[in-house]
Amino acid sequence: MPERKYSLLDHELIPKHEIMSEEELKLVLKHYNIGKEQLPKIKVEDPVMKEIGAQAGEVVKITRKSQTAGEAFYYRLVIA
Amino acid sequence: MKELPSIPKRIGAIKFGLLSPREVRKMSVTSIVTADTYDDDGYPIDMGLMDLRLGVIDPGLKCKTCGSRAGECPGHFGHIELVAPVIHVGFNKTIRKALRSICHNCSRLLLTADQKRNFLAQLQSSKDMGHLPDDIVNEVFKEARKTKICPYCSSEQKEVKFEKPTDYVEDGHKLTPTEIRDRFENIPDEDVKVLGMDPTSARPEWTILTVLPVPPVTVRPSITLESGQRSEDDLTHKLVDIIRINQRFQENRDAGAPQLIIEDLWELLQYHVTTFFDNEVSGVPPARHRSGRPLKTLTQRLKGKEGRFRGSLSGKRVNFSARTVVSPEPNLSINEVGVPFEIAHQMTIPERVTTRNIDLLRMYVLRGSEVHPGANYVIREDGRRIRVSEINKEELAEKIQTGWVVERQLMDGDIVLFNRQPSLHKMSIMAHKVKVLPYKTFRLNPAVCPPYNADFDGDEMNMHVLQTEESRAEASILMQVQENILSPRFGGPIIGGIHDHISGLFLLTRNENSITKTAALELLRKSDIRVLPEPSSYTADGEPLWNGKQIFSQIMPKGLYLEFPAQVCFKCDTCKKRNCEYEAYVVIENGEMIQGTIDEQAIGAFKGKILDKVVKEYGTEAGAKFVDDFTRLAIRGIMKTGLSFGISDEDIPTTAKMQIANLLNEAEENVQRLIQAYEAKELEALPGRTMDETIEMKIMQELGKARDQTGNIAGRQLGLENSAVIMAKSGARGSMLNLTQMAACVGQQAVRGERIRRGYNGRTLPHFDKGDLGADARGFVKASYKSGLNPTEYFFHAIGGREGLVDTAVRTSQSGYLQRRLVNALQDLEVQYDGSVRETRGVIVQFKYGEDGIDSTKSDYSKPEAVHRIVRTVTGREVN
Repeated sequence: MPERKYSLLDHELIPKHEIMSEEELKLVLKHYNIGKEQLPKIKVEDPVMKEIGAQAGEVVKITRKSQTAGEAFYYRLVIA
Repeated sequence: MKELPSIPKRIGAIKFGLLSPREVRKMSVTSIVTADTYDDDGYPIDMGLMDLRLGVIDPGLKCKTCGSRAGECPGHFGHIELVAPVIHVGFNKTIRKALRSICHNCSRLLLTADQKRNFLAQLQSSKDMGHLPDDIVNEVFKEARKTKICPYCSSEQKEVKFEKPTDYVEDGHKLTPTEIRDRFENIPDEDVKVLGMDPTSARPEWTILTVLPVPPVTVRPSITLESGQRSEDDLTHKLVDIIRINQRFQENRDAGAPQLIIEDLWELLQYHVTTFFDNEVSGVPPARHRSGRPLKTLTQRLKGKEGRFRGSLSGKRVNFSARTVVSPEPNLSINEVGVPFEIAHQMTIPERVTTRNIDLLRMYVLRGSEVHPGANYVIREDGRRIRVSEINKEELAEKIQTGWVVERQLMDGDIVLFNRQPSLHKMSIMAHKVKVLPYKTFRLNPAVCPPYNADFDGDEMNMHVLQTEESRAEASILMQVQENILSPRFGGPIIGGIHDHISGLFLLTRNENSITKTAALELLRKSDIRVLPEPSSYTADGEPLWNGKQIFSQIMPKGLYLEFPAQVCFKCDTCKKRNCEYEAYVVIENGEMIQGTIDEQAIGAFKGKILDKVVKEYGTEAGAKFVDDFTRLAIRGIMKTGLSFGISDEDIPTTAKMQIANLLNEAEENVQRLIQAYEAKELEALPGRTMDETIEMKIMQELGKARDQTGNIAGRQLGLENSAVIMAKSGARGSMLNLTQMAACVGQQAVRGERIRRGYNGRTLPHFDKGDLGADARGFVKASYKSGLNPTEYFFHAIGGREGLVDTAVRTSQSGYLQRRLVNALQDLEVQYDGSVRETRGVIVQFKYGEDGIDSTKSDYSKPEAVHRIVRTVTGREVN
């Protein structure tokens, strides 16, 4: 793959992605009373996952802009 | 939230294969040898088709295999040993392809070792990717068929011809099933794999039957007729035929009968086995009953609309339902449905007898099933149902006691579900309260037509009577019409005024409308109004008069504040709001209508602002009452004024007609000029367009403009005293365009958005010159519907009209399928109490429903208007 000179995350249509810390993840899972497998998934090959260097088994937090809610959070489990 | 329930079992994979003769024998509980079913005592014969080991259907008997009684025993397979192998019709395609791609001598696949390896690798990779192997396997067959000399035994290959229905001919010689089977048996396992089959679960020779599984009796139950005679299932009849021929074949062969007879019998056996599987194979005369009715064999059971899949699994029939034509009844509440007496008479609601209702229920039973609110059945404590008849009604009324159930007839106030297909959204099934009425149609308030998408041109609807207290409670809380006034699709009212409701209130509220006391009381008669407000004026002799706005104000809830532009708004550049000169700005203060006109924007279905506000602020019950009140008021109002339309309403003065004619002539000249410029190549092409496209666009534009201008001319002649204009402007029905077409000019007819160009070579009709691009030659209709179309115009109009019909037909089927797929994919998703959307495994799809957790029916279009208005009404200050 050719080296890119810019970051994907700078595109206005790509929302903020960040790898979650263990503590934060625990809080989220507790809040929804679920296990990690019940989160929506995203593949490690996903360009954005490569960009932020997420590993399989980690969970990313996506902060989306929303017309009605201001900011909406979404959590996805990175899978191989 | 509590822990989600665990998944009972998940299916990992489903594998299909062929039944091998060994498997058939293994799962069989007995071989079937006799064609007879029962002996003279009516007892099933051992090793016959009704053998007790195959399962039981008669109550009282026990299954000899599993020991359970009828109903519990699932049934067990038997088998018939066929004397000679026969072809299974369902595999003709596979057999044909396989025969053609293997060597007739050594049975090896006619491909080189390299090719085989290559194809195997392809198959494996497509399997890994989860693709279907069909394409690759077809490629294998195609390649193998090309080989003329076997690469292994060097024998020459001959063409195998398939002759319907079950014959394979090689080199003029018919291959017997035995020969085919021998060839298949010799295919090595590695070659079978290349053919796309798994040799452990599907060997090619298993497509040729040597042993036939006999389905359990539970699959083909016999029925006892009233005369005591037994009538067997079609499948049993077919199996009898197979056994008979099989036996005869055996006997003849043992006796050493001539080859000819053997062949005939073999073919007959093939015929019976074929029709046992499928009685509609082309080229095979269907096996018939003695009566001449074709037998319903295995394939026929599964196939088609009434087959097992579409008829029994995807769709089933229900009890306690009724269907008839619907017709309007504006005096009913939107929550009600008029049920014909005949239907109410037949349908029942079970009520358990308690000490509190025993007298009432006894009365119903005593009335019998003939007098209306009566009872049709009583159910004793032991579960026996007894029909209430004229003879036993007194006796039953005497006998009933607590614990019994009385099935009483449907009465006013009962909750039922009402449905119109296609059920595309949740508002297609709503709960109504029954109102038993004379005559034979379901009656409903026309205001509930929009959610059902019903009209009264012969539409039929279904009614379902709820049978338990729980279901009735749930239906009346969640499904009642008033709970569905607001649609979750757009958060606005989907139930509301239509047609006459809008015209009626428009006429009532538009002008001063001096209304006398008697008239005012009559208008409000059904609306529970006890006091009239201060009159707005008095007649010369002191009689009080009210205006329409005051009358309408009476049915609005107190404390309602609202202002909005009406449908008749002229969309001025700067809205003067309260100073609107056209009575097009509605102001409501404390439930009093101060100014404006009521029209579609106020009370219409999909749009009604007042309706929306009433439901959101005063609740669904107030909303339903408001709809009931304004529909009745509107109908009464329009009855007072009257609203009719005739051909003379399309009349426009001669001067206007002249203007229109001039305008159209001018437009035609402009078109001619454009064409001349085009032919002289002087026309400048629009960016990104060819010359041809440019001229078409310019002409369309010119003619469209001309039609609009004629519309304006006609519109100036037709004012708000014209009933069609009233309907169009108030949003009740029709548009100004419709009126333009009637009075002034129909305009361009189009096919796929283009002017009509199809027909003859270079022209639409033989009346025109080749290549004529003029307005009239390409489907421009100068005439109005009133003046009448000339023959060519009429023809073009028919073309355009037909396109519209075809479009709607195609669109509905396409969007229907699209919707079906979408709903199938989403049907198991559920919004949980914590606001998340999850599927059945508990996997989250959305963390908050729709990102924001907003229920559109409870929100004011996600805008803070409500807050602003509250601040304004309380403090009098404007906030933004």
